[in-house]
Amino acid sequence: MIYAMIGLVIGILAGVFAPGYIPKEFATIFSVALMAGLDTVFGGLRAGMEGVFDATIFVSGFICNIILAAFFCYAGSLLNIDFYMVAILVLGMRIFQNLAIIRRLYLKK
Amino acid sequence: MYIKTKHTKFLVLLVCAVLGFMLAMQFKSTGRQKTVPVQRAEELTERLKAAEKDRERLTAEIESLKGGTAAFDKETQRLKALAGETPMVGKGIIVTIDDSAIPTTKPGSDTTNLYVIHDEDLLRVVNELRAAGAEAIAINGQRMVGTSEIRCTGPTVVINETRLAAPFVISAIGNPQTLESSLKIRGGVLENFKFWGIKADVKQSDAVKVPAVKQGHQFDYAKPVPKEQPAPAGAEPAKTGTAGK
Repeated sequence: MIYAMIGLVIGILAGVFAPGYIPKEFATIFSVALMAGLDTVFGGLRAGMEGVFDATIFVSGFICNIILAAFFCYAGSLLNIDFYMVAILVLGMRIFQNLAIIRRLYLKK
Repeated sequence: MYIKTKHTKFLVLLVCAVLGFMLAMQFKSTGRQKTVPVQRAEELTERLKAAEKDRERLTAEIESLKGGTAAFDKETQRLKALAGETPMVGKGIIVTIDDSAIPTTKPGSDTTNLYVIHDEDLLRVVNELRAAGAEAIAINGQRMVGTSEIRCTGPTVVINETRLAAPFVISAIGNPQTLESSLKIRGGVLENFKFWGIKADVKQSDAVKVPAVKQGHQFDYAKPVPKEQPAPAGAEPAKTGTAGK
């Protein structure tokens, strides 16, 4: 848990002080990718609390989800399908679900 | 928390770092993406305001110019009317004067001159009419303007460089009563005419037509005085009106 916090702080600091911005055209794709990343992290947190955490699944899920989300979003924009809406909806739902489970597990403890 | 090895810890740290980086980047970029359109909108609003101001100013200019030309046209119209360059119609009188019917004793003798109409008679009539406030006068279709002459040339009278012979029809626009009484006054022009047997007929009319002056006036010697200097007294308004024709 503490490593996760440290990593988050390092990442945020790096992001804040990193030069450059995300171009406007990639903002949607990036936001969906971020959403996928958040989902994976919350999923990992839940798995950790359930005691079934696997680092390989976690990392591979994180990378794959981000790449897939970004790819689908990009493909959707090429085909004029607003795929990012679906992705955000589904990922958002999953994040809430994970959070709810985490809350219950935390309360049960 | 179920973390087995150091390797796992490192992976979690890495993933969280990446996530944090993404979060921060997205946050930064979102703020920037918002501010850019706002700045653009502000700039455009400013431009729009400037354009609107410009438009208002130009519209006002158009209006003022339109008003200016309208006033100019009005002034031109007034000056033309004053100069006798526009035909006029209105209430007034028509005076018809013809040579005397009284037979002269000896044709060709000196006394004949007394019984015909002279330039002086016409001048007196015109003078009386003008004194009575006639606004437009014409003799046999010759408009009397500031430069008009009434001059004797033997058996005819020259007005506006046109030879005219009796009977003379003098049309005058003005108050008909005033004009008529100015001629019929005791010891006035018509009484004098009567004495010599010159036939004079005065008719009031509601629609006396006075034509415009036929030839324009050219200035060969006179030049308008520049505005800084006061115009000399007695300058003829009719002359300025015909200038440039």
